[in-house]
Amino acid sequence: MLLIDCPYCGERPELEFVYGGQAHVARPAQPAQVSAQQWADYLYRRDNTRGVHAERWRHTHGCGRFFNALRDTTTDHFRATYKVGEPPPSAAAPVPR
Amino acid sequence: MNEGLRTREGGRIDRSRGLHFSFDGRAYTGVAGDTLASALLANGVHLMGRSFKYHRPRGVLACGAEEPNALVAVRRDAARYTPNLRATQVELYEGLAAHSQNRWPSLAFDLGAVNDLLAPFIPAGFYYKTFMWPRRAWQWLYEPRIRAAAGLGRAPTEADPDRYASRYAHCDVLIVGAGPAGLAAAAAAAASGARVMLCDEQNEFGGSLLADDPRAAAAIEGRPAPQWLRETSAALGSNARVTLLPRTTAFGYFPHNLLGLNERLSDHLADPHPDLPRERQWQVRAREVVLATGAIERPLVFPGNDRPGIMLAGAARTWLNRYGVLPGTRAVVVTAHDEAYPAALELQAAGVFIASIADVRARDDGSWAARARAAGIPVLTRATVLGTGGRRRVNSILLAQLEGGEAGAQAQPCDLVLMCGGFTPSVHLFSQSRGKLCWDEGLQAFLPGTPAERVRSAGACRGVFALDAALADGAAAGAAAAREATAPARTGVCPSGAAAAAAAPPAAGGGAGFAGALPQPAGARGRAFVDWQNDVTTGDLALATREGFRSIEHIKRYTTTGMATDQGKTSNLNALGIVSCTLGKPIPEVGLTSFRMPYTPVSFGSFAGPARGELFDPVRTTPMHEWARARGAVFEDVGLWKRARYFPRGAEHMHAAVGRECLAVRNACGIFDASTLGKIEVVGKDAVTFMNRLYVNAWTGLAVGRCRYGLLLRDDGFVYDDGVVARVSENRFHVTTTTGGAPRVLAMMEDYLQTEWSDLKVWLTSTTEQWAVVAVQGPKARAVLAGLVDIDLAAAALPHMSVALGRISGVPMRLFRVSFTGELGFEVNVPADFGPAVWEALWDAGQAHDITPYGTETMHVLRAEKGYIIVGQDTDGTVTPDDAGLGWAIGKNKPDFVGKRSLERPAMTSPQRRQLVGLLTTDPQVVLEDGAQVMAQAGARAPARALGHVTSSYHSSVLGRSIALGLVAGGRARIGETLYVSVPAGDIPVQVASPVFYDPQGRRLHA
Ligand SMILES: [Zn+2]
Repeated sequence: MLLIDCPYCGERPELEFVYGGQAHVARPAQPAQVSAQQWADYLYRRDNTRGVHAERWRHTHGCGRFFNALRDTTTDHFRATYKVGEPPPSAAAPVPR
Repeated sequence: MNEGLRTREGGRIDRSRGLHFSFDGRAYTGVAGDTLASALLANGVHLMGRSFKYHRPRGVLACGAEEPNALVAVRRDAARYTPNLRATQVELYEGLAAHSQNRWPSLAFDLGAVNDLLAPFIPAGFYYKTFMWPRRAWQWLYEPRIRAAAGLGRAPTEADPDRYASRYAHCDVLIVGAGPAGLAAAAAAAASGARVMLCDEQNEFGGSLLADDPRAAAAIEGRPAPQWLRETSAALGSNARVTLLPRTTAFGYFPHNLLGLNERLSDHLADPHPDLPRERQWQVRAREVVLATGAIERPLVFPGNDRPGIMLAGAARTWLNRYGVLPGTRAVVVTAHDEAYPAALELQAAGVFIASIADVRARDDGSWAARARAAGIPVLTRATVLGTGGRRRVNSILLAQLEGGEAGAQAQPCDLVLMCGGFTPSVHLFSQSRGKLCWDEGLQAFLPGTPAERVRSAGACRGVFALDAALADGAAAGAAAAREATAPARTGVCPSGAAAAAAAPPAAGGGAGFAGALPQPAGARGRAFVDWQNDVTTGDLALATREGFRSIEHIKRYTTTGMATDQGKTSNLNALGIVSCTLGKPIPEVGLTSFRMPYTPVSFGSFAGPARGELFDPVRTTPMHEWARARGAVFEDVGLWKRARYFPRGAEHMHAAVGRECLAVRNACGIFDASTLGKIEVVGKDAVTFMNRLYVNAWTGLAVGRCRYGLLLRDDGFVYDDGVVARVSENRFHVTTTTGGAPRVLAMMEDYLQTEWSDLKVWLTSTTEQWAVVAVQGPKARAVLAGLVDIDLAAAALPHMSVALGRISGVPMRLFRVSFTGELGFEVNVPADFGPAVWEALWDAGQAHDITPYGTETMHVLRAEKGYIIVGQDTDGTVTPDDAGLGWAIGKNKPDFVGKRSLERPAMTSPQRRQLVGLLTTDPQVVLEDGAQVMAQAGARAPARALGHVTSSYHSSVLGRSIALGLVAGGRARIGETLYVSVPAGDIPVQVASPVFYDPQGRRLHA
């Protein structure tokens, strides 16, 4: 079970959270204006990252807030967690101690 | 007890406390401090099990968790029967009853041993090559036979009556293994004030120190080792910041330094207190971990190496020094490592005749061999073993010098063979933690390399074998772990690069040992076992490489080497050595199979913990649950909810009860507990905007005090949920969802609100459990409510699909005029605590109007008569609003809503999509089966494609016939056609019809 650092509450066990898939996939502002392919990409196409992956989590059994995280999919180590709307911290940043 | 086999003094046993026990029904005596294995050996019993495949007689090989042969079942009573326990880990208690396994009719005479004679015909992979034909034989011959032969041990036949506890814990430093390195680590960590946990799988701490002859033991910190052990353990035990866990196996290492520990609390007690849990599973989140898990002695691989009486040299030392047991009287020692020499000398001093020591190495380093020779023991170098003799116990061994071959071979009588192939560091947990393992050429061992977690290894598990070095290694690791765990700047759980670097272990004292099969002169015969528990031989491994397998992962699966319950603790490195030799590739290139949890088997009870029976899952009940229970309602599970399904009168069965309840609602009035309906309060100045964006409907024009049927899609355009939505005030919506859908709808709302439309001023609150909901439905519903509420119930004042705020019997209320039955209906929402009182008031008022309680089954029939869908039953995640006949709900002028763009895809508007229709059987009494396939033609057989399937099907008492809903391709254009529902008994003709079977004009609804 992962230990996840909620930006609002601090470190909590994974069972308080729900995974939310890849982060920074914005819903088109005007869906009617996008092509079928663009819409399909938004709905279904996701990265399958080996390495640092930006992803959404929700602290469902805690503060209820969505936030984003950088997690290394090869080690399960979190590089950072950050609030919705904030840009992802540099993935090259040193591992927090 | 065989007096001659128990030493007169010494060991960690209490000779004054004799214990009676039985093995396969035969009575024996042991002493306090014995394990089942040591007690059996003290009674001269070596034959403890039969091997899995060939049913060969097997004795005890090792003395701990790695034991592959001596698997037994311990029976306390019919329910307390535990199979596959290692006799080496079963602590003896008065009255213990153990049984051998995998034999019939008896351990000494086992008919399954015929497999041993058939061995040439059942090599590795024979499963994959045999049993191929005739195909039909699988059913009646192969599968039943294989199933009967498969599996190890028997399962108990009754439910487990014991209690299992579960605990979470946090600590600064968790130390696994309480041998010298682990104890030194714990002492060092504790000295700095850190919160320390120390666990060990054995009943007492000490690890390798427990196997030492106390008279010859080294000094530690200026004290004799036994004294140091006693005092160190006592000091740790009296430290309030230290938790000591003996009989506790760290079985799994999970991400972010979470370790699973299984503590055994009562299995060693003759008469455990009934309140004592049998086991306790710990989930420990440790800031730092120190692994001090030691090393496992390796057997040697030579022909006939599996007979009872052939065991590891270190195990023999343990039998002697810890348990005071002589495992034999006349021994031959075969070794590739110095560690066998002290075993030989100590056993000799205790009275065992050591016939010879056969050292497979080219030369001995002098000192040990010299000491052995000085003690009168012949030492052979460059030796190998050509074979052994004896059926249920070894009685001879054929030794040869490698150059001499068979010519110079000498057979030596013996009843004990000690072997030592060196030591394999226990890197199981380190590997589970995803740390990298590195091959150490000098030690011929895989050692912990770069860690993936905040973990250190200390002592023998990282190749530091010598006692003083292991103590120093442990102390350094413990101190460093405590320092990092309590560092003020510390955050997070991930390791830094710096933590990875640890000093390389010193060269091993006793040599690297030997991995692989002992070299054999030409013409050597007999099977040499690599994996004792799964009966894998050198021949099997050679066969696999001949057949082209190269990766150790493939060879493992083909031969099953290392795949038994011991996970190859004693066999993996030898298997690697053999494959490496056969393929001519160094061991690290052959690879290493993955270590998986659990380290040793863990009981199901430990994982289940208290979550069984009533505590298996939470139970949700409504405020009116007790009323329904007292009325004899039959309940059904809907998610975690208990819902009243029907209210039988007397001996009435469900069909009759539901028919009666349906007619009561249609003709008079019914009362129904709808409290489980999901409810979400959507509030804020942007609430209507939020609802417009989320639901398909147009909400702007919905007046305060009115309701609308809301339909929610996913962004892929398929129906996700539905429910009535009331506009309670300008900026406040009372949203209802399906019973099962409430959490996921709220989660979806939160997702869009927080991540896509965070500019909207909207607040979402789950109110499912805050409202008790009583549905009063039927032509007389208005009359029932009239005297209780302060609201004008006239159709003009409160029309269908409206909501009013008021009071009922003085209780604040939201009164919905809505109907899921097609009748005049109301849903009374009151604060949950008032639910029972309001229900009673309605029940009393209803007596004059023939009110009838009804359950979910009746609710289902009534809604189906009206063609109202249930999301998840009549839809399946591929159904659009139009498919379900709900296209009318969509707000046509909205620029966007969740799912709108997807509905514009051509495939979503095809007239050939499956559409919801009614299905009427030609024979009105035939009730179709839910899920049955709908075919265009009678007699269609696979691979004919179905047009669709039945989604809901009931007997309708008001219509006097069966009704069904179904999804059928192009269904609405087929109304009037005859189709066929395929069932095993044949085809049932059905006519496609409108899905609204009753009151299609909706007159009753608007009454
Ligand atoms: Zn939180």
